[in-house]
Amino acid sequence: CRSTTMTEREERRFAEVPRESIKLMAESTGVELSEEVATLLAEDVCYRLREATQNSSQFMRHAKRRKLSVEDFNRALRWSNTETVCGYGAQDALPFRPLKEGELFFVEDREINLVELALATNIPKGCAETMVRVHVSYLDGKGNLEPQGTVPTAVQSLSEDLLKYYQQITRAILGEDPHLMKVALLDLQSNSKIAALLPYFVYVISGVKSVSHDLDQLNRLLHMVKSLVQNPYLYLGSYVRSLVSSVMYCILEPLAASINPLNDHWTLRDYAALLLSHIFWTHGDLVSGLYHQILLSLQKVLSDPVRPLCSHYGAVVGLHALGWKAVERVLYPHLPAYWANLQAVLDDYSVSNAQVKADGHKVYGAILVAVERLLKMKALSLTLAAEGGCAGLPGTATGAVGFRENSLGLSPPPEPLSEPPLGIASHLQAGGAGCPWEEWTPVSLPAMYCELYSFFGDSLAVRFSTGPPLGGATPPGPCQPLEGRKEPASSAPNLENTRKMPQLTASMNISPRRDGSPRMEPQPPSLAATVPGRSLARSSSSSSSVSRSRSSSSRPGRSTSQSRDIFPKARFPLPQAGPPAFSFIIGGRQMGRRCQGRRFQTSFTPTPPHTTLPPRAYAHKLPVIGRVSKPVRRWTCSHYSLHLPL
Amino acid sequence: MAAVQDGPMELDAEKEAKPEILSDGTSNLSGNTASGTLSSSPLTAAPAGGAPKMEDQQTLIAVLQFLKRNKLSESVEILRREAGLGEHQEGSQATDGSGGGKGDGDGGDANSLLSRVSITSAAAPQSMPVKKDQPDVSVVLSAYSQQGDPPLYQVYYSGLKNFIESVLDCHRAELSQLFYPLFVHMYLELVYNNHETEAKAFFDKFSGDQECYYQDDLHILCGLTKKEHLKGNEVLLDFRTSRFVLHISRDSYQLLKRHLQERHNNQIWNIIQEHLYIDIFDGMPRSKSQIDSMSGSLAGEAKREVNKAKVFYGLLKEPEIEVPLDDEDDEAENEEGKPKKKKTKKDSLGSKSKKQDPNAPQQNRIPLPELKDSDKLDKIMYMKESTKRIRLGPENLPSICFYTFLNAFQGLTAVDFTDDSSLLAGGFADSTVRVWSVTPKKLRKVKSAGELNVIEKESDDVLERIMDEKTASESKILHGHSGPVYGVSFSPDRNYLLSSSEDGTVRLWSLQTFTCLVGYKGHNYPVWDTHFSPFGYYFVSGGHDRVARLWATDHYQPLRIFAGHLADVTCTRFHPNSNYVATGSTDRTVRLWDVLNANCVRILTGHKGPIHSLAFSPNGKFLASGSTDGRVLLWDIGHGLMIGELKGHTDTIYALKFSRDGEILASGSMDNTVRLWDSMKAFDEVETDDFTATTGHIHLPDNSQELLLGMYHSKSTPVTHLHFTRRNLLLAAGAYNSQ
Repeated sequence: CRSTTMTEREERRFAEVPRESIKLMAESTGVELSEEVATLLAEDVCYRLREATQNSSQFMRHAKRRKLSVEDFNRALRWSNTETVCGYGAQDALPFRPLKEGELFFVEDREINLVELALATNIPKGCAETMVRVHVSYLDGKGNLEPQGTVPTAVQSLSEDLLKYYQQITRAILGEDPHLMKVALLDLQSNSKIAALLPYFVYVISGVKSVSHDLDQLNRLLHMVKSLVQNPYLYLGSYVRSLVSSVMYCILEPLAASINPLNDHWTLRDYAALLLSHIFWTHGDLVSGLYHQILLSLQKVLSDPVRPLCSHYGAVVGLHALGWKAVERVLYPHLPAYWANLQAVLDDYSVSNAQVKADGHKVYGAILVAVERLLKMKALSLTLAAEGGCAGLPGTATGAVGFRENSLGLSPPPEPLSEPPLGIASHLQAGGAGCPWEEWTPVSLPAMYCELYSFFGDSLAVRFSTGPPLGGATPPGPCQPLEGRKEPASSAPNLENTRKMPQLTASMNISPRRDGSPRMEPQPPSLAATVPGRSLARSSSSSSSVSRSRSSSSRPGRSTSQSRDIFPKARFPLPQAGPPAFSFIIGGRQMGRRCQGRRFQTSFTPTPPHTTLPPRAYAHKLPVIGRVSKPVRRWTCSHYSLHLPL
Repeated sequence: MAAVQDGPMELDAEKEAKPEILSDGTSNLSGNTASGTLSSSPLTAAPAGGAPKMEDQQTLIAVLQFLKRNKLSESVEILRREAGLGEHQEGSQATDGSGGGKGDGDGGDANSLLSRVSITSAAAPQSMPVKKDQPDVSVVLSAYSQQGDPPLYQVYYSGLKNFIESVLDCHRAELSQLFYPLFVHMYLELVYNNHETEAKAFFDKFSGDQECYYQDDLHILCGLTKKEHLKGNEVLLDFRTSRFVLHISRDSYQLLKRHLQERHNNQIWNIIQEHLYIDIFDGMPRSKSQIDSMSGSLAGEAKREVNKAKVFYGLLKEPEIEVPLDDEDDEAENEEGKPKKKKTKKDSLGSKSKKQDPNAPQQNRIPLPELKDSDKLDKIMYMKESTKRIRLGPENLPSICFYTFLNAFQGLTAVDFTDDSSLLAGGFADSTVRVWSVTPKKLRKVKSAGELNVIEKESDDVLERIMDEKTASESKILHGHSGPVYGVSFSPDRNYLLSSSEDGTVRLWSLQTFTCLVGYKGHNYPVWDTHFSPFGYYFVSGGHDRVARLWATDHYQPLRIFAGHLADVTCTRFHPNSNYVATGSTDRTVRLWDVLNANCVRILTGHKGPIHSLAFSPNGKFLASGSTDGRVLLWDIGHGLMIGELKGHTDTIYALKFSRDGEILASGSMDNTVRLWDSMKAFDEVETDDFTATTGHIHLPDNSQELLLGMYHSKSTPVTHLHFTRRNLLLAAGAYNSQ
């Protein structure tokens, strides 16, 4: 009813009612006003409105509120013997909207369908009774040293509903019915109102220590962690620490369940490691120095020979899950020392040692997988660095700050890596001074390869041969710049493609984006960038020595899952082309840039013959390792769908 | 107290309460008009009649008076001859004129608030001097003679500005005080004389120069551009009717005077003469910080002579409590098995209180209610508790319990605890008062009259028997007000509760029957605060009508009216000895009133925003006040001087409380924090006593950070009330604000 045109005069900073509005209002009541009268009236109206507003503010102040309410204004009007304005007492703010035609502003006053309201099934809750709750806020002026968590003090006592919810959820998750559990986990993942329950859930999860004999329960609790972590409405805050410690328990501890060799605690560890990396990459910024602490504890376990092999296995998969940088910094330097122990286990053929030996093979496989990716990623980052230098577009394609430093020269650069391209360094710094990695110096790729080759021998080469071969770029790497030079044209657009490709992001989640920092755009040393380069290089130098080229070809990170898939294939030779490669191509094509997609295709079609054959030759050597792939597949799957494989 | 005996007849009381509300509105209205006509009829009649001719004559008379005053007798003769005025006519007209002038200011807006206030204040004795020293002539002149050339106003002002900026530093700070009042008066003159554009230009040019703490007033001022607006605007009425008080050293004043005389800057000189009161003191000029700490109120600083009156701030002698104390104590001690120690302790306590404090008022200066047996029992309880009291200090801070009001929906407006911390009352915007028991003991009503008759009156547990067990509950709701409740206060004996409301009434509730006993009408406008005397029986209330009133529970009319504030009285507190009342106001002053004669004995200036909380130190010597500017100021009552400034809060301070022994001051604010201050240190540092120096200007150390002992956050809960239990546990209360 009160549609007034409000203008704002700069020098006064008051809302003013122009005389046109006054005239309009007068007309609407059938009074004709002269220009002069309207002007005077308008000014007076403005003044009276201001006065009423000023008077109303004291009602607000005495009601100890910060917000001026309509009621306050009406009181001021009432006390100045003016009629009050009715109909604006709603709790919600009334939107003040402009009308395009005719510079009109009005308060939106929607019609309410009373019938609908009356027949609605969701009856609004009545106003709760005002009540008083008391609690000791500060003892002896010291304050509560313990953080009170996210439970606001005012609702410290959980409401009935929340309590019920909590009971239902925990019962469902820890109960027998898998379907119920699935539903509960899904809800936990998406419910926006459970912030108050977070401490309780975290407490439940910390119960992992008491059920270490029950793999199933452990698994369920881990699922719970996952749901909480993925719930976008929850602010985990310092509870991250508690969650991480529960997960770490599952990764590292010699669980009671692992006494029985029939129990597949390996899968649990893999899953927990995956979860750890997920927590870290999505919530790592909540707790400073978390990354550093995790690395430290993993390193401790790894360097402790007394620990059982399953703990070592956990440490390795944990490191692997945290990214190749972690592997490079912790696992790689420890390898020489650790290798002796492992070798001893593996070389003991006595019957009594059979079980331990099987475990040893597990660790061996895990190390191999980790190391393999380390090599791949390292090579990839080198390639990218070189690329950036050649293209003269430092950081444009990748957006990575670190690359600026890395793109210094064309020379085959092991040094550039000393500055980790992305955020990990900052995490380490956040970890505080005196961390053992500070004096850590990067090892050049060739040296690393040589050393690793001395441990793993051909099996390392086998791993590399399984990827799509890349010619030329041998580890000693004089060819690298060459390869780089060919790439720039295609790499940048491909990068963009990669980011859009769901398939690829899925796999990147598993192995947390090589060296990207948490909570950043999925960055760069991206698969797509290298794939065409690889293909190009391959075509150009396919004639060069086969074994070498194979061994180094897949360096630029095909996703680990992909290369791991190879092993089952090796053991149970499958005739058809590797499915992951295929999906990759589709991804490329789907993303609209058709030409790019096709190029992927051409680069991949020749791979199957290579991938199937060579592993077969070595497969007998590593009988147990094949099992590793199973959990891996699960990870991929789970991440890809963002749901748990229940 | 008579009303109390009717307590059990709750039905009657309730019935009475209802029609009261109905009649409230009408009686208010009639009251308004009545007082309005009262004020306007005698005063406005004269000048309103003969408008233009009278004006001329009045001007002439004014000029004559002016000449006379300046001993220009020859000119007087000539003018009188020429104008043809008789001597007697002048005399009569002059008084008439003054009446007219006054009427012009007040009577013109007969319906406005101030007219009523000026009438009431005229009735009250203490405000007379203020009116008296308003010279007759100036009133006339202010209306008519100052039609200087409007564009020249800017010249005048900037001339003075240039002058002040060119003088020595020590004088500049003092003379800069002139800027704001001059600015306002010149602006108002322009507006008053319908020079709207010039007024705007003047405002735009010089408003930026004013001290930042006048922003609020300037904001109101800049909205005024029409003469008509001046009527009815409260802030401006204050400016026009009261004189802005400045403290300036004699040297600075001479400097100013010389300058103005040299320049013949009559415009400004006139304003200074008429609207400003310059309190000249001998001695060193004050520094900028000294001036800033004292200025900021609506009408400048307080005149020095106002604060000269003697204030008996000492505590009254504790009543000697005889036999029952020993009995009780013995019983308690026998249980504990060590009677002797306690006895000596108690003796020392007793002897201490027996000494008469030289600063204390006569025991019977104001009549106080006799102690009842139940009061004595309570005193015993109090003494017992206080032996268990924790001694607080910087190293020993109190624990804080927070009482959070949930589901208050932004409606909690006032909170109070009983002294023994057993009951909690909340006033709400929905015009209800709620009382909670914060001990396991539930709230019970007394049985109805019929049931009471059946009770055996001789039984030992008769007090138990009269309570109706069926009504036991944790909380009770008191309905009766017809507007938001802005203030609540428990009586010291826990039998009554006071509530003040927007509906203009103060209500007395019985906590035995949980019904309204009396509705005290008198304010007619929202009553912002009320507070019971520490001895009960009396209470004080203050509201939008700018007066505070003293009531006794058994009188339906106020016993005293404390008038003098230039704006709303926002908070009221009784002095611990019950002989004085402190009020805080929107005019940014704190005043202390003598209950005996309703005189204003202290005016304390220095706050830069409306004052919303007050607290007396337990020894009665000091007063703390908190305002919307987030600062707490500490005052020495005896000397009437500011002795400390506690900065830290970022929002309005709504709660202040001293610990039971006065070592710690707790302040609670809208910024969701409770802060604890070392009040002992704050008081000690100034007690070296250089107040006696004639100037009385002390330099405040800026040591808020040192005095701050702790800051405690609540979770989105503004702190509305603070209370120290008898054992020095700090209770805080506020409503949770979910957003």
